Amino acid sequence: MNKDDYKLLVKKYTPSEERLKNALMAFITGALIGIISIIIFQILTSYNIGDKEANVWTIIILIFLASLFTGLGFFDNWVAKVRCGLIIPITGFAHSVTSSALDYKKDGLITGLGANVFKLAGSVILYGIVSAFILAVIKVVLYG
Amino acid sequence: MASFKFKNVYILDTYSIAGPNEIKGSIKNYDQVITDYYFGMKTFEDAEEKMQQACLDNIISKNKIETKVDLVVAGELSNQLAISNDVMAKYQIPYLGCYSACASFNESLIIASNMIDSKKIKNAISLTSSHINVAERQFRYPIEYGAPKIKRSTLTATGAVGVYLSNKESNIKVTSATIGEVVDYGISDCLNMGAVMAPAAFTTLKKHLEDFKIDSNYYDLIITGDLGRVGSKIFKELLKENNIKLDNYIDAGSLLFKEEEFAIAGSSGPVTLPLVVFNKILKTKKYHRILLLATGSLHSTTLVNQKKTIPAICHAISLEVEDDLS
Repeated sequence: MNKDDYKLLVKKYTPSEERLKNALMAFITGALIGIISIIIFQILTSYNIGDKEANVWTIIILIFLASLFTGLGFFDNWVAKVRCGLIIPITGFAHSVTSSALDYKKDGLITGLGANVFKLAGSVILYGIVSAFILAVIKVVLYG
Repeated sequence: MASFKFKNVYILDTYSIAGPNEIKGSIKNYDQVITDYYFGMKTFEDAEEKMQQACLDNIISKNKIETKVDLVVAGELSNQLAISNDVMAKYQIPYLGCYSACASFNESLIIASNMIDSKKIKNAISLTSSHINVAERQFRYPIEYGAPKIKRSTLTATGAVGVYLSNKESNIKVTSATIGEVVDYGISDCLNMGAVMAPAAFTTLKKHLEDFKIDSNYYDLIITGDLGRVGSKIFKELLKENNIKLDNYIDAGSLLFKEEEFAIAGSSGPVTLPLVVFNKILKTKKYHRILLLATGSLHSTTLVNQKKTIPAICHAISLEVEDDLS
């Protein structure tokens, strides 16, 4: 059997993922996180905190909660269930950093934790900065 | 020829330890079960070492062979065989480490049996282990990340198995072996290890049957290591296309992690096959001749990232059982 035929055979027997169900789940949980953020934001602004600062505080609270839940050991079960609903928002970024930190702390503070803490989040940071730079350049060229 | 028979190699004793996932299925009667992945240690790596040590210590003390072990052959998944090397540093026993990924169990049996059969040594202990979190850290994502599992993927089994081989007669005889070839059918998806390994299992089984000029019905049972539900379907299809009949077949990985419990393809890891063989298959007393096909996906994370296709290997070893283990 040649390799192309074999790939077809593999495809035939490999179960497909329930993409629609996963997407729907992610859509709903993502929206829930959005709603929670709005609630936090509203509470903060009701205490006379400015919109800009309330925004930052909302993000910080979400990051804190995601990291705390990761540390307490149950956030990974949530991620395994709802997948991108928790991975795409800022909670996923916090979770990836905390889980790497937990995983590598026993390998030493420099060689383990320090070297690996951005193992998963590193790409997000790097390409976030690169795309921000490119967009900023485009903005300057177009609008001065 | 890579197939040969053994004249006087016997399995005198085995010791198995299994983790919390492994008792969820139909197998419950392991020699020891650990409920905590740390096994009372500080790291998962230490836990896997402790499991190997427990197997070794129990076999040595039960058979009173403190100063008489000629050789230990150990295989597991950690980089540089770090776990086995570290364990063996605590013993003054000649040691060989071997790596064929999840086919390491059969490789260690073949090496040990060959040495005993050629009368270079009198006895040997084969050690195999894997730990879900050690493997997860090394091959996949941080443990607390909880990367979503997909249907075609497998989970590494947690456990350790020690097998005490000797030239003294017992009711389990190691009869023959086939050393496998590395095959690569162009699959680069390291989550679909069943698809990577199925051609290796097929190639080795075909060679084994051809070399000994036997039919697959010669064996009461043919058992693959960790093809999983996806891989074993492909394996059967490959055999069908080559007109090899296979009625007496099961897959250890599919049996250990049942579909109802785990929404994945099954269990992987070198310890899967010996856990199922020594704690279920041999204890049912149903089978006289058994062929073990241990399959291994020989991937490295570096080469997978470099988009290379994944090679696989399968070693076969056959057992003849007179009675059950106990």
